[in-house]
Amino acid sequence: MSDDPSVSDDAPTNDDTSTSTDPVLPAGVERRTIAGTETLATRGEPVYGEPTDGDWRAWNASRSKLGAMFELGMETGLAGGDRVLYLGAAAGTTVSHVADFAGPTYAVEFAPRPTRDLLAVAEPRDRLFPLLKDARSPETYAHVVESDLDAIVQDVATRGQADVAVRNARFLADDGRLVAAIKARSEDVTADPEAVFDRAVDRLDDAYEVLERRRLEPYHDDHLAVVATPR
Amino acid sequence: MSGQRPEHTGWFTDLDPDDLDGAATAITEGRSDQPRKWPEQAVQAGFATDEADYYDAVHEATVHATREAVRAREASDDQQLQHAIKAMDDCERTANELAERAAEWAGSLFADVDAGIEGAREVATREPETEAEGRAVSLADRAVDLADEAAAIRGFIERTAPSVAPNLAAMAGPVLATRLIALAGGLESLAKKPSGTVQVLGAEDALFAHLEGHAPSPKHGIIFTHEYVRETRLEDRGSAARAVAGKLTIAARIDHYSGDLREEVHEDLHDRIATIRARADADEEDDR
Repeated sequence: MSDDPSVSDDAPTNDDTSTSTDPVLPAGVERRTIAGTETLATRGEPVYGEPTDGDWRAWNASRSKLGAMFELGMETGLAGGDRVLYLGAAAGTTVSHVADFAGPTYAVEFAPRPTRDLLAVAEPRDRLFPLLKDARSPETYAHVVESDLDAIVQDVATRGQADVAVRNARFLADDGRLVAAIKARSEDVTADPEAVFDRAVDRLDDAYEVLERRRLEPYHDDHLAVVATPR
Repeated sequence: MSGQRPEHTGWFTDLDPDDLDGAATAITEGRSDQPRKWPEQAVQAGFATDEADYYDAVHEATVHATREAVRAREASDDQQLQHAIKAMDDCERTANELAERAAEWAGSLFADVDAGIEGAREVATREPETEAEGRAVSLADRAVDLADEAAAIRGFIERTAPSVAPNLAAMAGPVLATRLIALAGGLESLAKKPSGTVQVLGAEDALFAHLEGHAPSPKHGIIFTHEYVRETRLEDRGSAARAVAGKLTIAARIDHYSGDLREEVHEDLHDRIATIRARADADEEDDR
């Protein structure tokens, strides 16, 4: 009845009936009914007051570009237990869910203030590694982040987002995946988003083969999701 | 020390596994051109007993390093910005003055001397033949150095401001964002100012003239340099300045209290300015 996560915590009533398996979802991510709403969910410590059901925490696709990609049925290639580099971790909303289903997860964020919140997310997750670094300068964290990773998840809000992805390609295994959200407004507020996206995908072509591109409406306006693999 | 090339060593190289502060320094200050299979290398080097042990160490070290780095950066970055913007203004003003003096001097010695920094840049490349020419060329050289220093400081501001105040820098541009922080005396005091004060920051002379009763109230201070204010027609500029100041104030508050980039504020301002500017188009329609 209640949306209050502290109340729904001990109500594992419809544990089995509400679960559905979905081929595009990585192991550890499920579609469940929490607080009366069907939603994506992962298992882990609650982070931002999200509704929970037992161990499961709701993953709101309107607050997370990666969540929206799963909701839209994109083939991200992510699997449970992956080793991941997350660029643009911000306060850790999405990266907390990634760390719940993935393996070792390196979370890079450039701004000190949200990184303070990211630390609180990272502390109880022993395979989440927070780094206060600039994603445009991978040489400042390549001594910590390992090579041959399974995936880079990117959500940076700076100009030159495709450039960031190209520079970080060095961390990916040959069959690894780049899963990026490109925000049109970060590149050029006045230009037509489609033109911005075409330019970004062109730049990605230098280092990646783009497997899928798709806009994130209705969850996020003027965002393009791209799944790519290194050339 | 270990004989490995430094650009290919991991953060744990030559580190005592129990030295958490040393680990933090290595993570914060270290570099490598390329990533390697660090977990494997750390186990081979005896830093960790196995992969799980290594990841435990990475977790402990990155959390510690990042906490220290956040604390250090938050304490000092807005102070550094304030020094930087004042130094940049001093360098620019002095460079222009010296360039003007150097051009005047050099103009009496050489043909075709242009005014300004570009003129000084050209004079500085000349081969002096007399002592007087030597002094004029050297002075031009100093002016050029100062102009280059101003440009370097601007680059520092452009890199730093987005991390100190992401919303303010995105909305106002890094330089105006920094000027507002400096005029207010810090991001925290800017975040605590009412929007009406932010609107006239930098127009204190005009404001006090108004308060003493012999001038109209200023419509805008330093935010005049924002294109949304400057490029709005005169009749609507007061409305634009109020709208820009209002959203800049909100941006500064988000930056100080939360620090994440929030698109809605930027879109709100965008929409509001479009509405204000639509008045000009509507008036034009009426005139037809």
